[in-house]
Amino acid sequence: MITQLVAEQGLNGLQLGVTLFLMAAGLTLVFGIMDVIHLSHGSFYMVGAYLTATFGARFDSYLVGLALAIPAAALIGMAVEWIAIRKLYQRDHLDQVLATFGLIMFFNEGVRMIWGAQPIFLSPPQMLSGTVELLPGLAYPQFRLAILVTGLAVAAGLALLIQRTRLGMRLRAGASDRAMAGALGVDIDKLFTIVFGLGAGLAALAGGMAGTVLSVQVGMGESILILAFVVVVIGGIGSVKGALVGALLVGLVDTLARTVLPVALRGAFGNAVADGIGASLASSSVYVLMVLVLAWRPKGLYGA
Amino acid sequence: MAPELRPRLILALLLVVALALPPLLGALGQGFYVGFAARVLIMALAALSLDLVMGLGGMVSFGHAAFLGVGAYVVGIGSWHVFDGSPLPFGLPGSENALIVWPLAMVFSGLTALGIGAISLRTSGVHFIMITLAFAQMLFYLAGGLKTYGGDDGITLYNRSELLGLKLSDPQTFYYLCLGILVVALAALLRLRASRFGMVLRGVRDNERRMRALGFPTYRYKLAAFVLSGMVCGLAGALLANASEFASPALMSWQKSGELLVMVVLGGMGSLVGPVLGAVALMALEEGLADLTQHWQVILGPLLLVLALSARRGLWGLLRGRRDHD
Amino acid sequence: MSRITASSLVIAGFLAAAAPSFAASGEVKVGMLTTLSGPGSSLGIDVRDAFNLAVKNLGGSLGGLKATVIEIDDQQKPDVAKDAATRLIEKEKVDFATGIIFSNLMLAVQPGFDRAQTYYISANASPSQLAGKQCSPYFFSAAYQNDNQHEAMGHYVQAKGFKKVYLMAPNYPAGKDGLNGFKRFYDGAVAGEVYTTVNQLDYAAELATLKAAAPDAVYVFYPGGMGVNFVKQWEQAGLKGKIPLFGPGFTFSEDTLAAMGDAALGTLNTAQWSPDLDNPQNKKFVADFVAAYGRLPSVYASQAYDAALLMDSAIRKVGGKLDDKAALGKALMAADFKSVRGAFKFNKNHFPIQDFFLREVVKDAQGRYMNKKVAPIFSERGDAYVGECSM
Repeated sequence: MITQLVAEQGLNGLQLGVTLFLMAAGLTLVFGIMDVIHLSHGSFYMVGAYLTATFGARFDSYLVGLALAIPAAALIGMAVEWIAIRKLYQRDHLDQVLATFGLIMFFNEGVRMIWGAQPIFLSPPQMLSGTVELLPGLAYPQFRLAILVTGLAVAAGLALLIQRTRLGMRLRAGASDRAMAGALGVDIDKLFTIVFGLGAGLAALAGGMAGTVLSVQVGMGESILILAFVVVVIGGIGSVKGALVGALLVGLVDTLARTVLPVALRGAFGNAVADGIGASLASSSVYVLMVLVLAWRPKGLYGA
Repeated sequence: MAPELRPRLILALLLVVALALPPLLGALGQGFYVGFAARVLIMALAALSLDLVMGLGGMVSFGHAAFLGVGAYVVGIGSWHVFDGSPLPFGLPGSENALIVWPLAMVFSGLTALGIGAISLRTSGVHFIMITLAFAQMLFYLAGGLKTYGGDDGITLYNRSELLGLKLSDPQTFYYLCLGILVVALAALLRLRASRFGMVLRGVRDNERRMRALGFPTYRYKLAAFVLSGMVCGLAGALLANASEFASPALMSWQKSGELLVMVVLGGMGSLVGPVLGAVALMALEEGLADLTQHWQVILGPLLLVLALSARRGLWGLLRGRRDHD
Repeated sequence: MSRITASSLVIAGFLAAAAPSFAASGEVKVGMLTTLSGPGSSLGIDVRDAFNLAVKNLGGSLGGLKATVIEIDDQQKPDVAKDAATRLIEKEKVDFATGIIFSNLMLAVQPGFDRAQTYYISANASPSQLAGKQCSPYFFSAAYQNDNQHEAMGHYVQAKGFKKVYLMAPNYPAGKDGLNGFKRFYDGAVAGEVYTTVNQLDYAAELATLKAAAPDAVYVFYPGGMGVNFVKQWEQAGLKGKIPLFGPGFTFSEDTLAAMGDAALGTLNTAQWSPDLDNPQNKKFVADFVAAYGRLPSVYASQAYDAALLMDSAIRKVGGKLDDKAALGKALMAADFKSVRGAFKFNKNHFPIQDFFLREVVKDAQGRYMNKKVAPIFSERGDAYVGECSM
């Protein structure tokens, strides 16, 4: 029984990790290549979830909704880059913080105006509503497994993109030396727009999938954003591999802390108090992890 | 007009407006807003403390709300024990005496800043930002775990602090007290900026390596500034607990830290006066716009964006006109 | 942006915020402070809508006085609620307040209303503290006491012979009240008692632990979005039909049943009201609510409707003289109105004495998910804390 429990919690941790990776990958690319602190990355996550819900309802299929939401969000991302972010490249990081803070407000309220303040509950597609018996006695929900698999597939796809394609080559060039890459003829402006759009699309995918597990509501991007930043720092700014390792690590640590700590504290305190303290400690665990990683490797695990 | 005169005139004008505000609001039948104005002044104090490390010291702290929270909780916990009757550790009784709890709030927030700063200041740049955020988050969750003191639901203060017989529950009295504290703090920090310490700090901000080459112990200067900033922010927290008659972990959230950052940048980083203006502008805009439409964020958001893009060194820079660096 | 614009923006902000707010005599102002956003919003929206419906049915008035309802969203945050309460008391100078859904917010704001001697009529939050030690002459609950629905379910589960029950609730005052209430009437073994973070939406970890504990029944208190997600994930984990799931009326309430869909069909829960209650005022209430809002009312809506009727009856009794606080208090205590639940009266701690019964989630002829009254459980139940109240 314990093996099943540990295995199941491990899978839950990986599932969270995969969602975090999708967010962190876009963020680390934007931060690493474009050197922009983009606080409104969480807004793409939220917009992706809302678009999935709307398109899904329109075509009566969650998968169609998700498939349409991703390019739609990528387009929105590119538009945002063209209108606003582009003007921030030369700026101080703090001006970027102020500007993207304003963007968060705008997106949150805009979404609230269009879709209302009540949360929307997404259900996974019918064919993924059951469970699958991974180990004897371990029945894991199918669509959570699907999320895990999708995330890992995207990770593989990104790795291929970065290592094996021309676009990836330009991305790596831009990340290591932007000025030189520009001098060598890489269209930096177009590259940046693509990176931004790519990040937005990944965030939208994360949001659309997370919407089935959590719910679709205004401000849902904020909580995942802060964790995504932590993942980026742990993994090393600009490194997609670091984002993957960092995300899986954070996902596992968070889930395991959440399951183990409250139980461990039951001995010393009453139920509600132990659960409360346990939840608090578990929430801090990710930050403690970050401080420890930075103490060991100041630039992050794979930082340059 | 002589270049030095303009900013001083503007400051004097602002002071006059601030002094006249409560009777003005009373005459307009808007007595409720005196309490709001006091809150604005308190946040201005917090933003001022952040500018000390950000503008003068070049250290971007994304966790300053932690000091706000520590200060508020010291007052809150003191008050809680008075209400509950039970003693604190070491048999000490609870207290609502401002002369005890407010300095204590500053001591605790200073110690917190010492702890956080000692570790964080070993890093720089974006890593410094993230580590200060991490520590603030840890304190946020820690406060949420303090079940005796309400956990996530916070502490309700049944009485405001007692200060030398002043009735702090009277909105006007409290307002003038906050104004007085803000003016004193601003004057003191302006003095500090012009002093040797302030110059060294700014030198460290501009080029740390050179300052070290010149023989200055830069880490110590930065840490000192960080601790001082934490203490002032802690005082703001103590005042905030009085203003809301409430202390909760929400005061330490990263959104709160972000708000402080925005106030500093909006007002004009490094000028010390700017962040005060930034706090006033942001809160007044939020309140004013909220009365016009419930969708005020859709207006304020792009406004902030435009302000960030206009590169005018914040509101203070706008008011003063273009000037040379510092 | 020019310099002039910048400085005038600051001043304009202040002046724009200046809106006159006085209640002229012959008018009554009610503060509706409730949760209109986030996972708990379905409850607050039902409360607000039902209250407004009652006022509308009374011709835009309460007790003969023209009624203004000032609505503020507390966002389910105690600090926001506290500031909003201060605003209602000091700026809007409301005569009554109502609306708070969540008990942690209730406990944070109630001292303020108490000090201002503003009568607070709760349409939902009814924590044990306010029923017992901290009872106040200015607090009335038109709903229930937090433990009640849970007590009823504990009684049923005990009677049905379950021996190993797993309990879950959110970690806030009503969650603790709830599981205490359940355990008060259930004597068997508790396979697990888990308090999750409020508004937590992903229960994968908890469901895994639950499965490992192998209980013979599960009892969960998860209102609003928490309940929707729990029940959906319960079904997706393959537990529906394997282990019986019980809950108070809060978990299986009309405001969230539609989102739960078939996953909730057939579940048993307990409450003091259901849409099919057979009395004339309830039939009218349900018909009016459906006509006005296009959906079935929930138990929260019924409570808010009753809160409005209570205020109406009290104001009428004192002839519109809201300044006589003592008389107003007596009039409220009399509860001289026709509740949609049928009989309604107050205990000495200002909490109701009423019946509780078993409900089942069904689909009606029009395909809407709703609760149907199945069997009685408690008759004229007060609460366990009245003895601690010194009023």
